[in-house]
Amino acid sequence: MAEPMKIRATLKGDTADVRVLMGHPMETGQRKDSAGKIVPTHFIQEVTVKLNGKTVIEGQISQAVSRNPVFSFRLKGAKGGDKIEISWLDNKGETNKTETAVA
Amino acid sequence: MFAIRRMTLKAASVAALLLLQPLRALATGWNKEAFGSKSLAEALKSLGAASPADSKDIVIDAPQIAENGAAVPIEVTSNLPNTKSIAVLIDKNAFPLIAKFDFMEGAAPFVRVNVKMGESSNVRVVAEAGGRFFTAVKEVKVTIGGCGG
Repeated sequence: MAEPMKIRATLKGDTADVRVLMGHPMETGQRKDSAGKIVPTHFIQEVTVKLNGKTVIEGQISQAVSRNPVFSFRLKGAKGGDKIEISWLDNKGETNKTETAVA
Repeated sequence: MFAIRRMTLKAASVAALLLLQPLRALATGWNKEAFGSKSLAEALKSLGAASPADSKDIVIDAPQIAENGAAVPIEVTSNLPNTKSIAVLIDKNAFPLIAKFDFMEGAAPFVRVNVKMGESSNVRVVAEAGGRFFTAVKEVKVTIGGCGG
């Protein structure tokens, strides 16, 4: 099952600095387990950032993003209390999301 | 006559939407071709950016020497007006394209992401602005690769 996500959004002037951590193995399909068998690919493919329900960033990523990915984004014109939602979808169809208010 | 054609069109588009709906749940706008490209040239072509122009308005902040190739922090800022998207590529990785972000109104053309690097390589950023593609590179030396292991 999907591991938890962490999100933080802080206001600097008129820009919200958003940091998010996604618990995910991000398997490349190149790593071998202790038995010497290749671990199949398992990685996040899509990341969506929404500000007050409106999509502002759509990301596509590969297996070469580090394990437990951390991203930073900047949203212009955000105000304190604005709602930020970030979700992901991986190559197995698993998904997770988290939200926070701009502080 | 026209009304009938319009209705047929409408019905067809509704049917198409219904067909697309369940697919949407399991991805995807994920650009399989671009991410599956094994060479830089191929990846750039799949992004529609075969020959991007060099630009000093793309700022890449990455370490000169990365001790651990499993997590190399890369920060990208585009100062190009109307930047629509930013793609990050590692020239020498098995699959060069790492990530592509599309920015809509309300988002600054900025992203920070940790990436895996197999060996020392150029980190390349391709930004789309005003319908054109621009690029910048920065070399990162890797002490221990982070792709196999």
